[in-house]
Formats: sequence, C-alpha cells, structure tokens
Amino acid sequence: MITLNINGKEHQFNDDGNMPLLWALRDTLKYTGTKYGCGKGLCGACTVHVDGQPVRSCVMPVSALANVKITTIEGLSEQGDHPVQQAWQDLNVVQCGYCQSGQIMSAVALLEREPNPNDKDIELAMSGNICRCGTYQRVKQAIHLAADLATEVKGS
Amino acid sequence: MKHIENVSRRSFLKKFGMSSTALVLGVQLPSMLTIPKALAGVTSSDTFSPSVYVQVSADNIVSIVVHRSEMGQGIRTSIPMIVADEIGADWQKIAVVQGLGDKKYGSQNTDGSRSVRRFYQPLREAGAAARMMLQQAAAEQWQVDVSETLAKNSTIVHTKSDRVLTFGSLVSAASKLTLPKQSDLILKAKKDFNLIGKSDVALVDGKKIATGQTTYGFDVELDNMQYAVIARPPVLGAKVKSFNSDAAKAIAGVIDVVQMPDLEEPALFKPLGGVAVIAKNTWAAIKGREALDIQWHESAHKSYNSAEYKKALAESCDNPAKTLRSKGNVTQALVDAKQVITASYYVPELIHVPMEPPAATAHYHDGIFDIWACTQTPQSAQGTVAQILAVAPENVNINVTLLGGGFGRKSKPDFVVEAAILSKQLNVPVKVMWTREDEVKNGYYHAVSYQKLMAGIDEHNQVTAWQHHVAEPPIGSTFSKGADLIGSEASLGLVDMPYDIANVSCAIGKAPAHTRIGWMRSVTNINHVFAISSFIDELAQAKGVDSKDNLINMLGSDRKIDFAQENADYSNYGETLEKFPVDTARMKAVIEKASKMAKWGRSLPKGHGLGIAMHRSFVSYVACVVEVSENIDGKVKVHDVWMAVDCGLAVNPERIRSQMEGAAIFALSLTFYSELTAKNGVIEQNNFDDYQVARIADAPTTHVEIIASDAPPGGVGEPGVPPIAPAICNAIFNATGKRYRELPLKKYGIV
Ligand code: FES
Ligand code: FES
Repeated sequence: MITLNINGKEHQFNDDGNMPLLWALRDTLKYTGTKYGCGKGLCGACTVHVDGQPVRSCVMPVSALANVKITTIEGLSEQGDHPVQQAWQDLNVVQCGYCQSGQIMSAVALLEREPNPNDKDIELAMSGNICRCGTYQRVKQAIHLAADLATEVKGS
Repeated sequence: MKHIENVSRRSFLKKFGMSSTALVLGVQLPSMLTIPKALAGVTSSDTFSPSVYVQVSADNIVSIVVHRSEMGQGIRTSIPMIVADEIGADWQKIAVVQGLGDKKYGSQNTDGSRSVRRFYQPLREAGAAARMMLQQAAAEQWQVDVSETLAKNSTIVHTKSDRVLTFGSLVSAASKLTLPKQSDLILKAKKDFNLIGKSDVALVDGKKIATGQTTYGFDVELDNMQYAVIARPPVLGAKVKSFNSDAAKAIAGVIDVVQMPDLEEPALFKPLGGVAVIAKNTWAAIKGREALDIQWHESAHKSYNSAEYKKALAESCDNPAKTLRSKGNVTQALVDAKQVITASYYVPELIHVPMEPPAATAHYHDGIFDIWACTQTPQSAQGTVAQILAVAPENVNINVTLLGGGFGRKSKPDFVVEAAILSKQLNVPVKVMWTREDEVKNGYYHAVSYQKLMAGIDEHNQVTAWQHHVAEPPIGSTFSKGADLIGSEASLGLVDMPYDIANVSCAIGKAPAHTRIGWMRSVTNINHVFAISSFIDELAQAKGVDSKDNLINMLGSDRKIDFAQENADYSNYGETLEKFPVDTARMKAVIEKASKMAKWGRSLPKGHGLGIAMHRSFVSYVACVVEVSENIDGKVKVHDVWMAVDCGLAVNPERIRSQMEGAAIFALSLTFYSELTAKNGVIEQNNFDDYQVARIADAPTTHVEIIASDAPPGGVGEPGVPPIAPAICNAIFNATGKRYRELPLKKYGIV
C-alpha cells in the first residue's frame, strides 16, 4: 500500500505499484483533469507537479511517489483563479482544451522558477507540451500575461 | 410545412429534466441531400425534422441546445451567441445544453465546416420566433401595440413607459400563443447585434477547461465500468487465426479477453476486429494486451509498401483513367507554347492525431445502449450501432462529450461500435480507449497523393495551357471495396482551379487503397492546393514576374466561375452557386489584404523570403503570406503568417481568428514533419516521436484579418489549412532559390 498525497489530500493506493501515476489518478482516484495523450512522455498532456516540479505522470510509477506532494490541475487553486488560469481565460487560449491541463501545469511550474520568462524561456519550458489545435501563440501570450498578473497580485 | 413548431410539452422537457412551465421552440432544417456523401459521412436524414431548441423557463434562464460537437472550433459558444442575440437574452442567463444524437435535429455531422454555414439562419429564426412570442405576451399584458416593445437582457421592455417584464414571467403566457409564420419573422438588424460579430465573448467552457472540470470521451466514468483496449489487425483486413490469452489473463487486474468480430471489407464504420482485453483499469488492460499472443491470417493489403506505391502513383498520373475538367485543347496549346513547365508533387499519407484519441463508453441494459463518446457524428454512431447490434436506433442513446480534437477522425464511429459490442457481450459498462499507437496505426488516413502538372506559356508571356493529373486512393474505397478513383475529392481543390487559362485539363489516375481512407481537416484540398499554388508560383518565376502580381493577373477579370461550363462536375460544398458563388473578386480581395498586412514587396533581411498562396474552400476565401528565413546551417524557420479570410458574415470573429491560428499550425505540422509510411501493409509509425507535429518553438506569429462582409456565413474550421503549405514552400524558394515539391520538408534536412 502506498499513501499518495494529492492536492493536499491523502489517498491509500493498493494496486500495482508499477502503474503510472496517470492511470492511478484517472482510473483509481478519479482525478480526470490529467489527460492521456501518448503514454510515452512525448506530449505533456499528463503533466502534474511532484513537489512543485512538472512531471509526466504517464511515465512515473506510483511506487516512486510516497512522501511527495502531487498537485493536479484540480488542485491548482480553489476558485480556478490562479493567475495562469485567469490569463488562460482572459485570452481565450483553449480550443478543444484537451492539452490545456498539461499546458497550464507546465506554465505554472515555469513561472514558479522564472517569474518573468522571455519567449525563449517559454519555448524551452513548454516544448514538451503538444497542442494539436495549435494554440501555441496564445499559450505564449498567456504566460506573459500571467507573469504580469502575478506581479500585480504580489505588488498589491 | 411549418418551419418552426411549438413543442413546449413534448419529450424535450422530460429528456433534459427541464421545468414544464417553459416555452420551447424547435426549428426546421435545410435538406441535407445536396452534401457530397464523402464529406457528409453517413447522412441519415433528409427530412425536415426539428434541429435546435430554445427553451425559456420560468426561472428566467434561456436554454440553448447545441446539437453540433465541440472539438475546439468554439461551436458551444457560437451557436448560443446566435440564438441569444436574436432572442435578446442576457449572456449571463443562458444555459448551454448538449443535444443527444437524434435525427430530429437534422444533420449533426460536425464536419465539412458547416455548423454555422448551415444553421445560422435556422438558429436566428428560432431566436426570433421566441422573442416575438415573448414580446406579444408582454404587449397583451400591458395592452399596448407589440411594436412598442423590444427584447433586451432577458426582459421585454415597453419603450414608451420603460416598463419591464422578465422573460421568465412571460413564459406561461407566451407558450399559449401561436407560433409566428416563418414569413412573418422579424430578424434583428445587423446594427442591433450585441453578440453576433463581437470579439469579447468568453468561451462557454473556458473556465471548466482551465480547472480540469470538463468531460471528454476519455473521462467518462460509470459505476462498475470496465476498461478495454483492443489489439487490432496490423494490416487492414487481416483476421485473427488464433490467439493465446493465458499470459494476459495472468496479469493482475485483467478481467477478460474477448475476440472481436472480423472485419469484412468495405470497412465503412465497422470495427476492425482483433482481440480485446478488459480490465479493472487502463494500465492493466494495456499490460494485458502486451501479453497477448495473436496469430493473424494474411491480408491482400500486405502488398502495400510506400516506396513502391509512390512509383505506382506516379505512373498512374501518366495514364489517367478519367478526365474531370476540360476546356479548350491542352495538347495543342502545349505544342504551340513557347515554354513548357512541368513539375510533380507528393504529399504522404497522414493521420489526424487529435490530442485525445478515440474513446467511447457503452452501457447495455434492458435492450438499450446508453453511450458516451467523443464523436463528431452522433447520428451515424447511433445508426451504425443499431445496425451492427441489431437494435432499433431509438434504443441507442448517444451522449456527445467534449472532443479533445477531431479533425475528421471522430466522424467515423468504429470505436463507438467496439464499446457497444463489448458492453453487450460482457453485460457491464465498458470504456474502450484507443492508445496513441492505435490511433496512428489503425486510422482512417488522409490519402497519399502524387500529382503531375504541366503548363504552357506563349510568346506574350501568358499561361495558355494547364494540365493537372492526380493519383490518390479514394475515400470511396472505405465505403465500396476496390474503388480506385476519387469522386467527391475532385471538388476539393482540383477541378475548381480558379485561374483564367484558355486550355485546361484535370484528370485522375487509378489508385487502389490499402488502408482505410478518410477525411482529415480540409481533406484533399491539402494536397491539391499544395500542388496548384506551388505550381502557380513556379509559373511566376518562369514568366519572370512577381508572385503576387502573377496571382492577381492569372485570376483574370472579376467574375463568378461556373465550372460546369468547362465540363466539370463541381459540388461547391453542397451549396448553390447562387448563394455561394466562386467569386474571383473576393479571391483578389483576400490576396490584396494579406499582401498589405505582410507589406509584400518590402526589402527583407538576408536569408528571408515571403511566399503567398490563396484558396477558396468550404465556400470561404483565405489568402496567406508567410515569412521564412534560412540560417547558416540551412535550417528554415517560419516567423510570421498573415492570413486574410473572407468567410462571409463573421459570427464569432474571435473563434475565426483562433481557427486560423490553429490551421496555420496544423498545416505547418504536415509541411515540415508528418509522414506515414507502410511496410508490408503495416503503418510503420507509432507515436509523437516518429509521427511528429509542430511544437511551440515552431510556432510563428499568425496575424488574422477578417474581411467585413454581409455574404452568408461560410466555413471556418478547414479553409485556413490549404494555402499554408504552398505559401511556406513559395517563401522558402524566395529565401533560398530551392523549390521543394515533396512533403514533409524534414526529409530535406531543413528543420
Ligand atoms: S501522456 Fe504523458 S507525455 Fe503524453
Ligand atoms: S487545445 Fe486542443 S490540443 Fe491543445
């Protein structure tokens, strides 16, 4: 049995420890905001935070995750008002939306590391997140906007 | 026949659990008979059944049914905008209800870029009828003339006295009134629109998506549900000879292993066959499938090898089986020409790779199938399940989830049938999920194509002859075994070549299919326009003139083209030429606009080049200019894309821009990266590592301008795609002097 700390809540997981976190989240614990896109660490749709670091949950076995804090899109903010979530809505970033949990989780991790990223920083940090709908341009804009929003929040 | 019916007290209310004190209106639909079959998917309805419902309830909420599938194009925002504007609803007081698959809505096939094109008018009429009845009810209550009232913010206002009644308070009275006749409907004037044409409308699902609260096909969870993945035949039509499931069943969590019915071609929308592994979670199902040992019979399609197939297509172009457009005498004009230019173009087989692969959940109980699926076509899903599982269509309920992208893949409900078969057989709810590898290896593919073009230029530097030969396996082969000549695809950028040339011939060669061929975002416009718009640019160079001037010049006089005059059967996306003409003036206008946006003709930094292309598809016009550069390592980058779009009246400009931005990326992927190859009938690619698509660092800045127009709304989801690939290649030529005629460009080592 493994204790998983997800969005501040503890869950007892007693299935196959080799199961990637993605399927444990989705099938066992019913956090379906984290998406499957490739299962091979190639697309970023399944990105969650493990102790604040962006991780591809499709290639991360549950057995490696005892005693860490896992954050999914559902746990990013209580009201859906994290600056990144706000910026995403302000700019109508999403098209189908399927890749966007992963985009948002990668963007949040970037901003935590680099509160004021330039375009190159953004391209590097977001290069693992595919958006087949092609929202990249707005993802970039929204990250800049979120950086501004976050500064305003801190400043006020 | 009455155009709109009052259905206040019918099953609608029961179905959506809505209050019975409500005013509900249904709308009649245009006939779907004229839509080309391949594009329409299975059109099950040619009747005038009601399509869209508006409900106003006593709690002052206007509920709007979206009967089309949301896959990123924004239809769950755009349809409500149209209806809410016309009825006069407060945008904060609407509820968006996703329509079940039901023929009462008319066609729900969300493909062919026609949700707004086909439904703009009926939706407005629905809103107008509801508004007029509410106005009538208020006028009667106030004892004033109805002309003194107007609808605003979900209220009816008496303009002379400023008295106000909410929609909700009028529901009971309004629902007793007779419906206005269609001819009596008064639609809002364009100047009074407060939602249609506005760019500041937030997406209906924007917040839910940003917080992970939405339900896609992959996300459906039912009580006692089991999870399935299926090992499908590696070669189309290969049947299971034998299989051993012992190792699979030994995997913890695996519940059962079930053989699926074999596929008999034509493939249609039937499941492919194979062996399903059912488990208590996805991971166990995937592990179980890996442990299966399956022997397959051989299939005739094992002869499919991409390298040889390409050669065969090239030869087929030299022996066309059918001429589809002929004007003048091309052979003679080529003999008489001072200069003859020839070029061949190749676009490989492609696949959709929506971020969400296909997924469907079925629950069979009491003779009924309750199904949840990310389908673009709930009615053909319903019809196909009913037919294959031998139940009445009324006993198949198709709930449409959000789609994590569609691009045409989810118009084919084979995956929905798989879930239905398994749920019935196992007597539990079953979710079938396609892994990425499944989606890549067992798709409905965009056809590989080879094209040979030849043009003659006379002594006055005029192009006098145009010959275009195409060989590509047809979509028809998916529906009729052995079909080897394209049909409806010819109207997608082949016979509708718009340039004014005295002698024209378009012909097609045979191309037998070895995979399921389907339609993918903008379909064969992709390859036809890649060839035509590249070749036109090559002709500009041969003539020694500017690329943009050449386009304008070759379009000839402002005119409306009727390709029937040139012995071509042109389907015009199922629309009449009267309503949606092929208008060269509009083509020139988008070319001029895009050129202006890009400052065409300006001097460029060293290593940079601009390229241009224009195409009309799905009755909308798009021109684009692309700026690229080549660095010292010979690598090419796309910096900016300027797109001018004339899609008639722009209902939701914000989503039109996002569709153009997305189309640029979709096209950039296939221009630079994407290619499928087959070896002994097996698709060799697997996942995003060997079937690549554009990533954020590849993304240019896309600038979009929408031409102001009062023409009826045209398509938006697809028309942005076709001109991008040729514009990129034209730009690369201008930057480097190198002409690339085969996609994807990564094979030339330039990315
Ligand atoms: S699903 Fe994990 S990276 Fe694609
Ligand atoms: S929004 Fe559809 S894949 Fe990114």
